[in-house]
Amino acid sequence: MKKLITVALVSFFVFCMASAAMAAAPIKIGALFSVTGPASFLGEPERNTAQMVVDEINRVGGIKGRKIELIAYDTGGDSTKAVQLANKLIKNDQVVAIIGPSTSGETMAVIPVVEKAQVPLISCAAAIKITEPVKPWVFKTAQNDSLAVARIYEQLKKERRTKIALLTVSDGFGASGREQLKAQASRYGIQIVADDTYGPKDTDMTAQLTKIRGVHPQAIICWGTNPGPAVIARNAKQLGINIPLYMSHGVSSKKFIELAGDAAEGIRLPTGKVLVADLLPKNDKQKKSLQSFIKDYQHHYRTEGDHFGGHAWDAVMLLRYAIERGGDNPAAIRKQLEATRNFAGIGGVFNYAARDHAGLTKDAFVLVEVKKKNWTLVK
Amino acid sequence: MEFLKETMQFVISGLATGAIYALIGLSFAIIYNSTGIINFAQGEFVMLGGVITIFCITAFKLPILIAVAVAILGTTAVGVVFERLAIRPLKNATPLALIIITIGASILIRGLVMLLWGKDTQALPAFSGNDPIEVAGATMLPQHIWIFGVTLLVIAGNRFFFHHTITGKAMRACSFNRKAANLVGISVGRMVLLSFGISAALGSLAGVIIAPLTMTAYDVGVMLGLKGFCAAIMGGMGSGLGTVLGGLILGTLESLGAGWISSGYKDAIAFLILLLILFIRPQGLFKKGETERV
Amino acid sequence: MKSDKLKFLLFAVVVLAIPLFIPKGYLTNVLIFVGINSMLALGLNLLLGYAGQISLGQAAFFGLGAYGSGVLNTQYVINPWLAMALVAVGVAAFAFAIGFPVLRLKGHYLAMATLGVGVIAYISFNETVDLTGGPSGLSGIENLSIGSFVFDSDIKNYYLVWSFALVSILLAMNMVNSRFGRGLRAIHDSEVAARVMGVNARLMKVQVFALSAFISAIAGSLYCHVMTFISPTSFSFPVSIELLTMVVIGGLGSVFGSVLGALLLTLLPEMLRAFQDMDIIVYGLLLISMTIYLPGGLVRGIPALFRKIVPARGSHA
Repeated sequence: MKKLITVALVSFFVFCMASAAMAAAPIKIGALFSVTGPASFLGEPERNTAQMVVDEINRVGGIKGRKIELIAYDTGGDSTKAVQLANKLIKNDQVVAIIGPSTSGETMAVIPVVEKAQVPLISCAAAIKITEPVKPWVFKTAQNDSLAVARIYEQLKKERRTKIALLTVSDGFGASGREQLKAQASRYGIQIVADDTYGPKDTDMTAQLTKIRGVHPQAIICWGTNPGPAVIARNAKQLGINIPLYMSHGVSSKKFIELAGDAAEGIRLPTGKVLVADLLPKNDKQKKSLQSFIKDYQHHYRTEGDHFGGHAWDAVMLLRYAIERGGDNPAAIRKQLEATRNFAGIGGVFNYAARDHAGLTKDAFVLVEVKKKNWTLVK
Repeated sequence: MEFLKETMQFVISGLATGAIYALIGLSFAIIYNSTGIINFAQGEFVMLGGVITIFCITAFKLPILIAVAVAILGTTAVGVVFERLAIRPLKNATPLALIIITIGASILIRGLVMLLWGKDTQALPAFSGNDPIEVAGATMLPQHIWIFGVTLLVIAGNRFFFHHTITGKAMRACSFNRKAANLVGISVGRMVLLSFGISAALGSLAGVIIAPLTMTAYDVGVMLGLKGFCAAIMGGMGSGLGTVLGGLILGTLESLGAGWISSGYKDAIAFLILLLILFIRPQGLFKKGETERV
Repeated sequence: MKSDKLKFLLFAVVVLAIPLFIPKGYLTNVLIFVGINSMLALGLNLLLGYAGQISLGQAAFFGLGAYGSGVLNTQYVINPWLAMALVAVGVAAFAFAIGFPVLRLKGHYLAMATLGVGVIAYISFNETVDLTGGPSGLSGIENLSIGSFVFDSDIKNYYLVWSFALVSILLAMNMVNSRFGRGLRAIHDSEVAARVMGVNARLMKVQVFALSAFISAIAGSLYCHVMTFISPTSFSFPVSIELLTMVVIGGLGSVFGSVLGALLLTLLPEMLRAFQDMDIIVYGLLLISMTIYLPGGLVRGIPALFRKIVPARGSHA
């Protein structure tokens, strides 16, 4: 028994030593990303981007001569771990603000922690619940899924398609999208004739699509992240379904086209402007930010920067300007974040306000269609 | 009429998915039948098959047939090494210790693949194109035919190997009674090693032929392994027709559950039926009861 | 018997004193979860280590406890302490009911059946959106309180969770040394022999299953009030596996082994953080090597290692 206690104490001791905070000269910014686990497709580009932007800022001399130190932890997509690590960032690392988490579930879990500790959080997750109702210390850069839904519904209304079918993934992303799709339907005179779901790891969705085909909708909207939607695109092609198929912004990367192959042709989705940066008119406010992000990411990581990395780009930049204006105290950062106007980032043009901590309008989304294995703008 | 046509599609889709479960279930049963081990890393063999094939094609531009061969050989090697390094050194091989070890191995293999080849999902091109085939008002893909064909071949091969070759018979003898097998001069250790090799090869074969349909990534093994395990249990852990039927029934139930009842609850429906089967016929659907030794 | 009491007292003193000696902040927060995991591991260990019955669905009872308390707290007006008790009794009754058919099964079939229970529970948390909030999770759960004293800080929650953990440990120790505990071990060694000796094996297995569900449900209730937000992923299959690992690594059939296992596995990700993406590999390697080289778990393995090293030195001198 004594040995047992010794072992326990020794492991504590080692652990305390390892996590002891270092001297605080630079401005410390915390980050929580799900770099591993099921949401790694979000967390990995986000972490890469955040690190890249911080390095770039430090290269040109930091913020008013002070370097930024990014302390990024991997949550593995687990909300318990996210809460523990948020505590660690706040209490041990004593960061002035936190970027992330990557998923809506983790963000909701972390919110009580940051609200109590009064440290600003800029989430990279999409669910509308995060900033509605407004929580004083919580902001977000990922576009609300309600805006994506509005983009799709507008198009459907224009084409007079009123009977639609939903096929959403049964995780946080899909559930939040489904809620919005159902909530906004009546506003656009749209009737939902089928409402089906699939599991994130499912490998065949022909059963759901067959059922959907049976009720004769005029369009199908699928809400999920890779690889599910790619499977659905292929299944739809197999079943010979030829009504318009809409996806969510959750698949806005080249990966989707690669996975779905020929079946991707003609599929439409709302997405941030990263995918179509080159096609944007010269006077687009975001064009400069977009091109710099794409160029830097290509330079650092030798692959294309995507929509998701953009959330982290916006978060770091928003923090940078807030700190430049008001200093590095959490309360001042919060105040300055809220005062952000006309920041043209990757996700859109941000205008935060006391009653709006999401900051974007539906102009943040463009509707794109896959043609010849590439994105084109839908007019 | 519409209803019939839909049902036909549910059944066809279900059978196609079920054949995948059946193949994986068979690879489970091979290890179980010669060692009594449930290998929780079986799904990782399936994953390795797909991932290595795609890697060979994209990185070395190998023709698909050679890539498949490399993948199967590579996975077999992993299976053999796994048995040597993790199973054999175990002195007190309780079922529990084996469950933990194989879970540990599955985590390890998944981690290595993630580190080596990243976290992205990859797609393998279909073997014979993507043009749908009509069957009785329902559609399927040429790849499904490949899956059915390979499943049939594997059943036949299994049957031949375990009933008509000396090695196969020796492996069966080990599963009935290890000590007795040892006494009649069968090298039990070698048989265990062999069963891991064969099972890994079979698992990776399943992984290769399903990769064009389901796509693959470092973490696809968990769910596929679980479903394969389910199929094998339904079939009473036999290495023949029982497991195949188990897989087909599971796949069809899932598909019908999703189509008729609720797509959200489809896995729950499948597991509920599995539980009922276990409660009513714990020895599997198609096996006669056995008496337990004390 | 007496040494057991002493052990427990010593352990309780250490647990209660720890917050005084560690730096205030994050570590206390992690230790709260060590406490919750200890209860879960202990619950599973009663079933696995003492009665020899495997469960791969332990996260279901944890989740039922958490969602039970969470839903009652957010959607109904009911005292959270009363809710915790009601939920725990309810979950135990549920386990008791399904225990009869489930525990008739053995070995891998039992593993599969319990896994099935876990999967069905997980899907139900996801699909009953009106009640549980579905995959988006359930937020707005209150902290526990006594009168005007609210358990709203790490240190308060630490003492809250560990009081429950200590009581569970004490109960488990008493049970293990009782007639009931001896009966369980008889079942573990040979169920048939135990039956011949007049032990009602079937009933006892189901009772211990219900008890383990009871403890897990309490841990779930505590978890939901500490986190104030829950989502289904915290109660999925990998969580059941992690609990199983805690029990095996800590030491099967050892009360303190459960605590040690919970401590190690909760802190492990922290210790492995230095390895970055390699941590999953190290985790897998640890599982394999510990099962091979420390089959009795840490609780027995460490003293054995000491004994091995110490006399070896002596013989060389």
